[in-house]
Amino acid sequence: MTDPLLTALHDLAGPAPATLAERVVDTWVRVPGPLGEVYAVAGARGVRLVRPAAHAGDLDAFLEGYRVRHGRPVRPAPRPPRGLVPALRGAGPGPDLDLGDLTPFAREVLAVTARIPAGQIRPYGWVAREAGRPRAVRAVGTVLARNPVPLLVPCHRVVRGDGDVGQYLSGTADKVALLEREGVELDRLAALAAAGTRLVGSDTTGVVCFPTCHHARRITAAHRHGFAGLDAARAAGYRPCRDCRP
Amino acid sequence: MADDEQLRAALVEDLDAGFEAVVRAHGDVVHAVARRTVARPADAEDLAAEAFLRAYRALRGYTPVRIAALSLRPWLLTILLNTARNDRRDAARRPRTDGVAPVPDRPARTPGPAEHAESTELGDRLATLLAELPTPQRTAVVLRHVVDLPVAEVAAVLGCGEGTARSHAKRGLDALRARLTAEDSEETA
Repeated sequence: MTDPLLTALHDLAGPAPATLAERVVDTWVRVPGPLGEVYAVAGARGVRLVRPAAHAGDLDAFLEGYRVRHGRPVRPAPRPPRGLVPALRGAGPGPDLDLGDLTPFAREVLAVTARIPAGQIRPYGWVAREAGRPRAVRAVGTVLARNPVPLLVPCHRVVRGDGDVGQYLSGTADKVALLEREGVELDRLAALAAAGTRLVGSDTTGVVCFPTCHHARRITAAHRHGFAGLDAARAAGYRPCRDCRP
Repeated sequence: MADDEQLRAALVEDLDAGFEAVVRAHGDVVHAVARRTVARPADAEDLAAEAFLRAYRALRGYTPVRIAALSLRPWLLTILLNTARNDRRDAARRPRTDGVAPVPDRPARTPGPAEHAESTELGDRLATLLAELPTPQRTAVVLRHVVDLPVAEVAAVLGCGEGTARSHAKRGLDALRARLTAEDSEETA
C-alpha cells in the first residue's frame, strides 16, 4: 500500500484497550462467608452481586438467573476480587463495588448503610434521614431488601425502630445470627425497646446515643439514662452523639 | 485469531465462554470503529462494551441454526452503529444530569491529548476531516479503509448494495483527499 492517505487511514485503527473483554464478561466465584459459602459476581468495576449459596440454591440456576436479569455473560473467575474474602471475614475495607445499575437514592441508602460499624444497629428511619429523605422509611426497606451486595453492605445492621430485627434477604434467622456474631446483644436491646427506650444518654457527658453506639456501651449503669426519643433527650438537656447521629 | 466458523461453534456449545472468545477476536475492530464514532477514547470503550452486551442479549434468544448462519463481524458492527445512534438520540432527548457531556452528533474536531495512536500530524488531520464527512461516507471509509473490511461486509453493515458501498467509500476518500490538498495549499500560500 503506497497511497499515503490509505496508509494513514489504516493507522487510525489501534488495538482495543486490554480491559474491553472484562468490561463485557463478568466473573463469578464461590467463597466462604460468615454463614456458609456465598456466590459473588464481579464486573470490571467491582462486585455486582453477592448471594448466600444456601439461599441462592444450585450454582447453575443462580448463574442463569444472573444472565437473565442482568443480560450479561458470566464465567468463572481465576481468583476472587481483591478484598472480597477478607471483607466476608469482617476484615478490611472490602472490594470495589459496582452499583451502577441502581437508582441514585438506592446507592445513597447503601452508602449510608455501609457506614454502620460492625456490632451496631440503626433503625430504617435513621437510614432514610441520613440518605436525605427522612420520610422514605418504607423505600429504604425496599432498597435494603434488594441489596445486591449483602454482607459487603451490611443491611443486616438496619432494624425496625420498635426493636424487632425486621426482615432479611435470606430470612430473619440469618439476620439474628449475623448480628449475634458481631456481638450485638439482641435480648438486651429487645428489653430496652419493650421498656420504650430507644436512646441512652450519659449524665456525665450530656450526650445521647443509640444503645449499640460504642460511646453508649461505655456508660456505667449509675450514669445511664434511657429516652424514648431525641426530643425527650433534648428536653432533658442532652445533645445527640456526633458518631451515631441519633 | 479464531475464525468465525470456530466462534459460531463455540457460541452454540457454551454461549458465555464462546462470547468471550468473540469479544477477544472482534474487540479490536469493534473498538476501532467505535473510536471513529465518538469524541473521546474513553467513550469508545464504553460504546464498544455496550454494543457487545447488546449482541450477547440478542444471541441469548437465537436458535443454534440462526447462530450458525451469522456473519459475526458485520453483525457486531451493525449493532455498534445502531447503539451509537440510539445513544445520541437518547442524549438529545433527555440531557444528562450527571455532568458528563452528551455524546456529540459527530466526533469532536480536535483530538484529545491522549491520542497516541494518531500522534502523527497526518493522522490528527485525517481524524478531524473524517469526523466531518457525511455519516454514510464516513462509515464506509472507516469500515473499508480504517479497519479493512471487504466491500461485501461494508455493504452488509450499511444495508446497501456493494456498488453503493463502494461509491460511498470512494466519495468519502475523494473528499478527504481534496480537503487535505486544500489545507496544504492554504499552508503554503
